[in-house]
Amino acid sequence: MMRTEDERGRDEEFDQSVDRGSVTTASGLTGAGPRTVLRAQGVSVEYAGERPVRAVQDVSLELAAGEVLGIAGESGCGKSTLAYALTGMLRPPARLTAGSIQYTDVDGDLIDISDVSPERLRSLRWNTVSMVFQSAMNALNPVTSVGRQFADVFKAHRPQMDRRARTERSAELLEMVGIDPGRLRSFPHELSGGMRQRVVIAMALALDPRIVVMDEPTTALDVLVQREILDELERLQERLGFAVIFITHDLGLLLEISDKLAVMYAGRFVEYAPGEQIANNPLHPYTRGLLNSFPDLRGERRALSGIPGSPPDLRERVPGCAFAARCRDAFEPCGERRPELRAPAGAWPVACHLHDPQFGGLERAGGSAR
Amino acid sequence: MSTDTTTSAQAGTEDAAAPVLEVNDLTVDYRRRGAGPLRAVDHLSFRLEPGRTLALVGESGSGKSTVVRALAGFVAPTEGTVALEGVRGGRGRRADREYRKALQLVFQDPFASLNPMHTVARHLRRPVVRYQAPGSRAQAHEAVLELLRSVNLTPEADIAGKYPHELSGGQRQRVAIARALATGPRVLLADEPVSMLDVSIRLEILNLLDRLARERDMAMLYVTHDLATARHFSSQIMVMYRGEVVEDGPSDEVILNPAHPYTRMLAAAAPDPTIPRERAAAARRERIEARGARVAEYREADTGAGCRFRSRCPHAMPVCGQHPPDFAAGPGHTARCWLFENGSAGVRDVP
Repeated sequence: MMRTEDERGRDEEFDQSVDRGSVTTASGLTGAGPRTVLRAQGVSVEYAGERPVRAVQDVSLELAAGEVLGIAGESGCGKSTLAYALTGMLRPPARLTAGSIQYTDVDGDLIDISDVSPERLRSLRWNTVSMVFQSAMNALNPVTSVGRQFADVFKAHRPQMDRRARTERSAELLEMVGIDPGRLRSFPHELSGGMRQRVVIAMALALDPRIVVMDEPTTALDVLVQREILDELERLQERLGFAVIFITHDLGLLLEISDKLAVMYAGRFVEYAPGEQIANNPLHPYTRGLLNSFPDLRGERRALSGIPGSPPDLRERVPGCAFAARCRDAFEPCGERRPELRAPAGAWPVACHLHDPQFGGLERAGGSAR
Repeated sequence: MSTDTTTSAQAGTEDAAAPVLEVNDLTVDYRRRGAGPLRAVDHLSFRLEPGRTLALVGESGSGKSTVVRALAGFVAPTEGTVALEGVRGGRGRRADREYRKALQLVFQDPFASLNPMHTVARHLRRPVVRYQAPGSRAQAHEAVLELLRSVNLTPEADIAGKYPHELSGGQRQRVAIARALATGPRVLLADEPVSMLDVSIRLEILNLLDRLARERDMAMLYVTHDLATARHFSSQIMVMYRGEVVEDGPSDEVILNPAHPYTRMLAAAAPDPTIPRERAAAARRERIEARGARVAEYREADTGAGCRFRSRCPHAMPVCGQHPPDFAAGPGHTARCWLFENGSAGVRDVP
């Protein structure tokens, strides 16, 4: 099925849902198409303990080749845990309690990461999916040169490459991210933070992965360096065609770079839509609150307010909507029933009773939109 | 409380009041092993006025935290003077005490700035007892509760008995602010007060600081890397780059009409969700081209004498090998850049 048909199918579902007086689930977004490179369904992650922390709950997403999926959320919302789950890097006490994560590998085979051997998983990493983390610039080994660290990647994953080929490819990668290839001889402490982060990005691209998962990759960097790295990342992405999952608390940044965007709150996706959609017409009150939390640099001076209160403790089971306590628009059902992530007619999935026809749906939502 | 922002910002155009804090030629050198001293702050001069907020904007390593550390007395300036109104200069316990009463700080990390073993009440009781000289235990306790109310931490009696780990990041920062208020300071130094907090609660804390500064007629130095909040919460902005102030002016002027190429790049680098993606992509291609063949390494390098920004500057000229003085870029607006040597006429057209 082509992507466009897929979308048309979803629209039909929306229409039907109005007739039935109910709404469809978000599954319309997770039907695997031929360009799908990653598909996660119903992923839940728990940190074991006396009172387990349910960090990620029932998250489904799909990533097509060359697509940029942004995941926005505040600290503690589960976004980093989700990144670890997607890349098969969860370590106890964290564990996947439900759901499946499937990759399409280079040969077009579908791989479910929960039932492959550790060797297969290892070859999947770097080759198919690679990771860049916020502290990645500190993840470089301080006692070996940059060049040797590149060589390690190739030795492990491309044993057929000889020394010369390795050096050539490493130099090429460094040049790609704007660093003098002569730096292969340098040690990490001889590079600035921005340059180290570039090195890590170059490493992540070393084996031409189809997906790069980036968790706050530029947060620790200066604004100008962050901008340069993002520019280069997008240029590389256009050229090489890899898909990106970009995770950050900076919603403004995500709106600029994402094709699709998921807003995460208390372990769940609460809104999942194209970037423009979220910028122009955010549906979830939390998304609106987040957007209002960043003052507009050049806009009118106006009263600014964030979102009062703080996120819930993920060890507690909240009966209704996890955001209800902080939500200005909360009404009767919010305290009792958890809203499912569903697409109202003609819209994208949102987990909010305001958009549920059963409770007055869009009229109510329209009345409270900013 | 949030509507207050507008009024304070407009106050920026009023005539300058008498300064509470006057800093002249502040210079701080850090000693380095095996190398000459590192000049973290280079001849910085500014003044803080009551009820007004001055934003000091810069990236990490620009020296902005060193300015705060020098003003707080944590590092000794190599050169220059810091004069606090009504406080005797000089050394010794008495002078120190007066200085600390009049100048207080709010730090970046509310997790590190509170003692995990002490209750909220204990954090606040110490400065209350020391600086407010309450007549009795009950009076001291009432003063503590009053402080908690003033930072909107209610129910205050409840909060007073809690330990830091029982509070959220935002609540902890409110406690830190209440503690700073306990001495009745004239000057508040807020060093990245919200950058460690969740994005959704940052504005609440900034609104609170803004309201307190005006209600109590405190002078505030707001140190941040975030241009947008600097503009919204201050009347004047100083932009710092590698130890010196490269641009200084009314906040709207500096942000909407930036003069120094560094400020222009900073303003252009801030994500702007109102720009459609196609235009953002076009702007990106332009930027990549403008950076051209100059590798990242050179841009991030130290440049020695001359303008410190010239390795990254798209307008670098031969004259930039000499260190530029401050040139006028508009009313009350200066830029340390040779582009303004002959006034600001025509310079605005430089892309």
